[in-house]
Amino acid sequence: MRIDTTAFVGAFPWRRVPGTSPRSLLAAMDRVAIDEAWVSHLPSFWWRDPMEGNAWLFELAAAEPRFRPIPAIHPGLPAWQRELDQAIERGAPAVRADPTWYALDPAGAEMVSLAHDCAAAGTPLVMAVRLEDGRQRHPHDRAEELPASAVRALVRSDPSLRLLVTHAERSFIEEVHFGSTPAEAQRIWWDVTWVWGPPEDHLGMLMETIGPSRFVFGTGQPLRIPDNSIARLDLLDLAPGDRAAIDAENARMLGASGDSA
Amino acid sequence: MLIDVHAHFLHERTPRKDWRERNASRLRAGDRVGITWHVASVLGTWGLRSPIYFPSPADVTLANEVQRGIQAEHPHRVRGYIVVNPNFTEHAIAEIELGRSAGMVGIKLAASRRADDTLLDPVCERAAAHGLPVLQHIWQHRRREYQGQEASDAVELVALARRHPSVAFILAHIGGGGDWLHSLRAVRHVPNVFVDLSGSGVDGGMLEACLVAAGVERLLWGCDLTIDTGWAKLRYLESILSSADLELVRAGNARRIFPDGAFPEA
Repeated sequence: MRIDTTAFVGAFPWRRVPGTSPRSLLAAMDRVAIDEAWVSHLPSFWWRDPMEGNAWLFELAAAEPRFRPIPAIHPGLPAWQRELDQAIERGAPAVRADPTWYALDPAGAEMVSLAHDCAAAGTPLVMAVRLEDGRQRHPHDRAEELPASAVRALVRSDPSLRLLVTHAERSFIEEVHFGSTPAEAQRIWWDVTWVWGPPEDHLGMLMETIGPSRFVFGTGQPLRIPDNSIARLDLLDLAPGDRAAIDAENARMLGASGDSA
Repeated sequence: MLIDVHAHFLHERTPRKDWRERNASRLRAGDRVGITWHVASVLGTWGLRSPIYFPSPADVTLANEVQRGIQAEHPHRVRGYIVVNPNFTEHAIAEIELGRSAGMVGIKLAASRRADDTLLDPVCERAAAHGLPVLQHIWQHRRREYQGQEASDAVELVALARRHPSVAFILAHIGGGGDWLHSLRAVRHVPNVFVDLSGSGVDGGMLEACLVAAGVERLLWGCDLTIDTGWAKLRYLESILSSADLELVRAGNARRIFPDGAFPEA
């Protein structure tokens, strides 16, 4: 069983990317043996109202049982709480907010408010540090990367909030993990999309220092080829139980709140 | 056969205390992936005594000695690039002659001097004389100066390649940062520039774009600092290329541009 917590559908505005359709995503999942994908709507990162992509996402997930929707919530827009309620009703395993793309203070009042409501609902909040390598971004693609300080601030803002942070590199993860209390760190999950394997062995180091319980499988596809996250896990000598936890079990437990909806 | 055309090794006279572990990790992961040959360079003292991309002549000499030592230690899986700093022409030429006589198989140009500078011509003339490919460190679409290196981009490499049409140039790490679409557009019609697929970047569409721009005959597989991303790109290529074309990327193209006998069959 393998769950991709970091998959996208829809066009990318800054270059031509193949495989952005739902059908292409399913084909890619079949090719690399991914059973389930938590799917976010890529174009709405840049929409003034990113929540306008949610209805399509719900329809998509309703039609394809291997997709689970990760609707976007913009806590700076009116009535965003209704979108969160709908996400819970529709069984979303988590919701996402990408404050720097929305031009929000990533640890400001709007995000803290969203954090409280997610915590109260038991719904994890997903945030991406980046989508592309900063050195290759289009000159007009200027949203700041999510800062580690914001993750620390948000996890401290509510003792029940659970966060899934994607596309973070080793130093970011270490800064947040060891900049948090053990209780806080237990409420943060990381995907493996951006953590280097050998010979630098960043992921192997994190397995030793932080442990596999904090990591979930994610690919960033189709912006990144899904083979990468599988290859770097294959290069680790993980015990079968640890590999299964990263491949699916940790995500399954994280997203379990949506199962009962 | 699987040839990694872009590898590096560390050594004890660098800032990295974990140099042994990193070297061992490269070889161990290479075994797991099935890398037959690591074609590697050592960039001076990696910043300990002179800058990584502006190595002193003494550090260049030391680095090439270290690389030859690693090759001697692993004669059946490591080959070496001769590192040069073209700002020191006589020294660079001497290192090439020494390295070639000691069995090194290519020349590594990092970022000590812009690729289109005429100071690189004597180096390339020696490459032509010995039939050595030149691996040029590239920043994919350099929009400004970057501290610590005099980086070049594909347009500048192409200018050099046009002056030396008999030399095979390897455009380093297409996935190593920057706008790779810019690089691919630049090399499209330059037959003596080969694209090294290494780098941490694993962007969707990048490999297809490489195939369109350079054709399968000008793609070289490599890893640089991340063997995981190299393996991922190889796995992806297995899904989109015929076995014959895949073999070109794995090893066939490299065997064509490196000196005869550089990569003997086991």
